Amino acid sequence: MNMATEKSNTRLPSTEDTAQQERFKQIKRTFQSFLQNTLSVVGLLMILTLVFAATFAPFIAPYPDDAGAGVHFDRASQPPSLEHPMGTDTTGRDIFSRVLFGARLSLMMGVIVLSIAISIGVTLGLIAGYIGGKTNSIIMRITDIFLAIPPTLLAMAVVAATGASLFNVMVAIAFSWWSWYARLTQGEVLSIKEEEFIESSQALGSNWLRTTFKEVLPNVLSPITVKATLDMGFVILVGAGLSFLGLGAQPPTPTWGAMIAQGRNYVTTFWWIAVFPGLAISFAVLGFNFIGDGLRDAFDVEVN
Amino acid sequence: MSYINYLLRRALQSIPVVFGLSMLIFVISRVIPGDPVRLALGPEASEQQVQALKAEMGLDQPIPVQYIDWLIGVVQGDWGMSLRTNNNVLSDIVARLPATIELVVLTLVFAVLLAIPFGVIAGTNKDGWQDHVSRITALFGVSMPRFWVAIVLQIIFVVTLGLLPLSGRLSDGVEPPPDVTHFYLVDSLLAGQFGTFVDAATHLVLPAFALGLATLAQVMRLIRSDMIDEQRKDYVLAAQAYGLPNNLVEYKYMLRNAFTSSLTVIGLSFGFLLGNAFLVEIVFAWPGMARYGVEAILYQDFNAIIGVVIVVGVGFVSANFIVDLLYGYLDPRVRLGDQ
Repeated sequence: MNMATEKSNTRLPSTEDTAQQERFKQIKRTFQSFLQNTLSVVGLLMILTLVFAATFAPFIAPYPDDAGAGVHFDRASQPPSLEHPMGTDTTGRDIFSRVLFGARLSLMMGVIVLSIAISIGVTLGLIAGYIGGKTNSIIMRITDIFLAIPPTLLAMAVVAATGASLFNVMVAIAFSWWSWYARLTQGEVLSIKEEEFIESSQALGSNWLRTTFKEVLPNVLSPITVKATLDMGFVILVGAGLSFLGLGAQPPTPTWGAMIAQGRNYVTTFWWIAVFPGLAISFAVLGFNFIGDGLRDAFDVEVN
Repeated sequence: MSYINYLLRRALQSIPVVFGLSMLIFVISRVIPGDPVRLALGPEASEQQVQALKAEMGLDQPIPVQYIDWLIGVVQGDWGMSLRTNNNVLSDIVARLPATIELVVLTLVFAVLLAIPFGVIAGTNKDGWQDHVSRITALFGVSMPRFWVAIVLQIIFVVTLGLLPLSGRLSDGVEPPPDVTHFYLVDSLLAGQFGTFVDAATHLVLPAFALGLATLAQVMRLIRSDMIDEQRKDYVLAAQAYGLPNNLVEYKYMLRNAFTSSLTVIGLSFGFLLGNAFLVEIVFAWPGMARYGVEAILYQDFNAIIGVVIVVGVGFVSANFIVDLLYGYLDPRVRLGDQ
């Protein structure tokens, strides 16, 4: 935005500048309507809390060493208390500390998975839309296949093939997640190809790369932002499910899903071991859903 | 005539999806690093035995040849041998599928039956407290991991209150009903074993609730927003002007239209529930196909993995197909639209 104001100081406002100003106003309106929604502000606060907790986990956690394979049988399986707000697990590790470190893994996984998925999806969508013809139909048929498979199932199969680890889980989820973004981008390219101003800008010598960055990407930005925010929550859920099954990061890595899996064996005696990590997952996913819902209303876009 | 055209066209579109899925999963399962065959035979097996089993299973062939062989086998009912159970994968799955289907169908029925009244109430009281409660409940419903909800339900209703059974399909000592449909609820009624029916039903309550919570939330919100859209239409105003009772207008006329557009999501949910039953089945030790699939994954039992993925994928595609057929039947614009 700075560039636009600088430019307008030096020469008469061109249509480009007013377009940019219009866009700026639109962003401001969107932002205001987002902030007027109570739930989205609550969601924003929840996620900021989570990011803060994840970033400073080593300093906040009362027992940072318990993120690893600590064994303290003297304080094993203790119910929640002032000393251990979420209790301790069967080897005496502080669950609160482990939940904090788990937040790092979940957030990191969400961001990495979606970055990969969006990059693949947008790139394939652009290629399909621009080249058209056979390339388009091949890419879009493949996209349809991926759209037709539940992501959890495909991710499980990929992890089964590649072996259980945090890295493989991230790749597997990203691999099963890109299709929606490809479909969206391709649709946008196709609809924009028809528009007169694109034809005219190309007649004026603008190349397709420039058209992409100036016309296509800004148009897909809002649906992608909304969808990606909601997807952060879903990716965290799928990742938790996979690590619950033992397909994620291996012990003693404190993933939320693996902690629940450990607690599942003690539901009749030590309920807190499974309950608190699950509350953390719900907290994170709920936060992203609140924000995503607010963004959807503010941008006024339909996703799904 | 045009409906049959639509039906055929739609069926043709589903075929590449199923083929694509089978190819994809086949290639994935054939590049498994490590050596599942050695894993299955144990460390004492000689290299010769490993090679012999590989040759017997056709694993020494190039992947395209293996795929064609496998495809021919699938059509003939030979889905390959499970490395873990040593059975034909198809018979393994067929033995476990009814338990999963019974759970998924019941979950869907439960979710839709609850979603309808809640969605109508929220939609007809837009921005009222009922709407806010339903919105927040729905967001919670889609945000909580299903397997965790399952565990929390166990802690509350089994461990603390002692109201419902912890896991499985029937209590210890209760004989399964005589096999007719493989669904315990139906079979027990057919045999007149009312006690068995109640026992099977109580075992289904918690898994169905844990599995269906997110679907309930989604369908409820969809019916809500469709009801709001319907409210703006002229026929509603006309009906109200004639003095028809509100309940009649809401539940008979508006709901019918609102429900039609919710069909897609309900159909999609069937496939998703099938795919998501994995985690819930594990928690409740439900003897279904999903648990078989998870064990197959943990043991790298690749024929079983392929089988399970294909069955879930076909279930998913068929559900979409049926939804589209219903849609085309209910709304002529759909079947005539894209010719």
